[in-house]
Amino acid sequence: MSYFSNIFNGIKTLLTGMSITGKYFLNSRKGAITQQYPDNRDTLKMFDRFRGEVIMPHDENNEHACTGCQKCEIACPNGTIEIIWDRGIDEHTGKNKKKIDKFVYHLSMCTMCGLCIDVCPTDAIKWGQNFENSVYDRTALTRVLNKPDSKLRAGVED
Amino acid sequence: MQISLNITETIQECLVSMMSESAAGYIAMVIIALIYLGIFSVAGLFLVLLERRVAAWFQLRIGPNRVGFQGLLQTMADALKLVSKELTGTDRADKFLYNLAPYFVIISALMALGLIPFTKEFQAFDINIGIFFLIAVSSIGVIGILLGGWASNNKFALIGAMRSGVQTISYELSVGLSLLTMILLTGSLQLSEIVELQKSGWLIVQGHIPAIIAFMIYMIAGTAETNRAPFDMVEAESELGAGFHTEYSGMKFAYFFLAEFINMFLIAAIATTVFFGAWLSPFGITESIPWLGVLWFLVKTLLLVFLMMWFRWTFPRLRVDQLLTLEWKYLLPINLVNIVVMAFIVWQNLIILI
Repeated sequence: MSYFSNIFNGIKTLLTGMSITGKYFLNSRKGAITQQYPDNRDTLKMFDRFRGEVIMPHDENNEHACTGCQKCEIACPNGTIEIIWDRGIDEHTGKNKKKIDKFVYHLSMCTMCGLCIDVCPTDAIKWGQNFENSVYDRTALTRVLNKPDSKLRAGVED
Repeated sequence: MQISLNITETIQECLVSMMSESAAGYIAMVIIALIYLGIFSVAGLFLVLLERRVAAWFQLRIGPNRVGFQGLLQTMADALKLVSKELTGTDRADKFLYNLAPYFVIISALMALGLIPFTKEFQAFDINIGIFFLIAVSSIGVIGILLGGWASNNKFALIGAMRSGVQTISYELSVGLSLLTMILLTGSLQLSEIVELQKSGWLIVQGHIPAIIAFMIYMIAGTAETNRAPFDMVEAESELGAGFHTEYSGMKFAYFFLAEFINMFLIAAIATTVFFGAWLSPFGITESIPWLGVLWFLVKTLLLVFLMMWFRWTFPRLRVDQLLTLEWKYLLPINLVNIVVMAFIVWQNLIILI
């Protein structure tokens, strides 16, 4: 008798599947997940965990949190990050301390693995949301992340 | 054999005034064939577009909407691209059969279209063995698929073609028997007579329970006939690349692609004719305006096409053994019992007439 129950089970499960896709079909106008990209460029917001590029946030006083410890440079598997540093007198404490001169980031070599961001002790570098990274000249992919004349924020090292 | 070329009459009359009757007959046939070819290659392209949009909606996407208004010209652009592409082929392929195969597929698909009664007047070839002719012609297509797979000199193509043979020959039985169930009711194979009979109720209403079972079997077997998902083992992208048309490119690929969609339209059109009263409007509401028949026919056919698309984007692909189990252990016995039930109903005159 399992022959007939097989048939009815088969039809029942097929109809269940069709009702589910049918619901999707009817709701597709409201819930379409496609982004019509060049049209919605102004309103398009990438999701929080999107890995676009590495950025170094600066506050309003043009100060960043990078102490120049070079942990990110060591962590990077591709040699994407190069930190050019120097020693100088720290204006808060008056001691001779390590300072970054240029935080060089080669986007062309970056695989977005995120090891540098995980390893940063002061959260000086973060993921950026920008994804329109294509350029006509590859030298434009080599970026200096710290802004000119930027300083280390006071109290970061404490 | 009684052949009446209904839509050709006007063209033929016009030609007869210019030349002898037999020449006019042949020229009229050629003109009608060209008209059908033009209409249905464009209609096939729009079916491809419809499929893509419907598939997108099933998957919560938007689908092609950039070329022309709402993407209406997308498939035209695709066809244009395919025409301009290079025709490639494999080394040591059987060149003659390789080039012949797409024409088998597309010609058998287009040949069957001539019989479909779009309205009372718009039917090119009203033969008295209509249904039989349709079944016969639509199964020629499988020869093209087998030839294409065999001549390609490619393992994937050969496996796809052989699967197609297994599948089409098995399911041909179910298509034939489910249509035969309805023939018991009509007592005629001629499509125009089948339609005429349905003026007192569509056959799916007249035949009630066995007709509904026959319709379900027909839709399942018809989907398998056209090699569409969930019966698309012939193409099975994940296993075989593209199956029998792996080695085809450019316009020859487009023929196979177009034939698939014309076949889908054909299966739906036969179902419309045999089960849903072809161009007859429901309850005869627009009987006074005959040309609206085309509209009713297309509405019914496209609803059935939509049903097949719904199948395609819902169900996963079957294995070969599951496919054959479904046909030989389920569809065929049910179908045979169904014929007996239908015969009993016709004998006892238990038909529902409106």
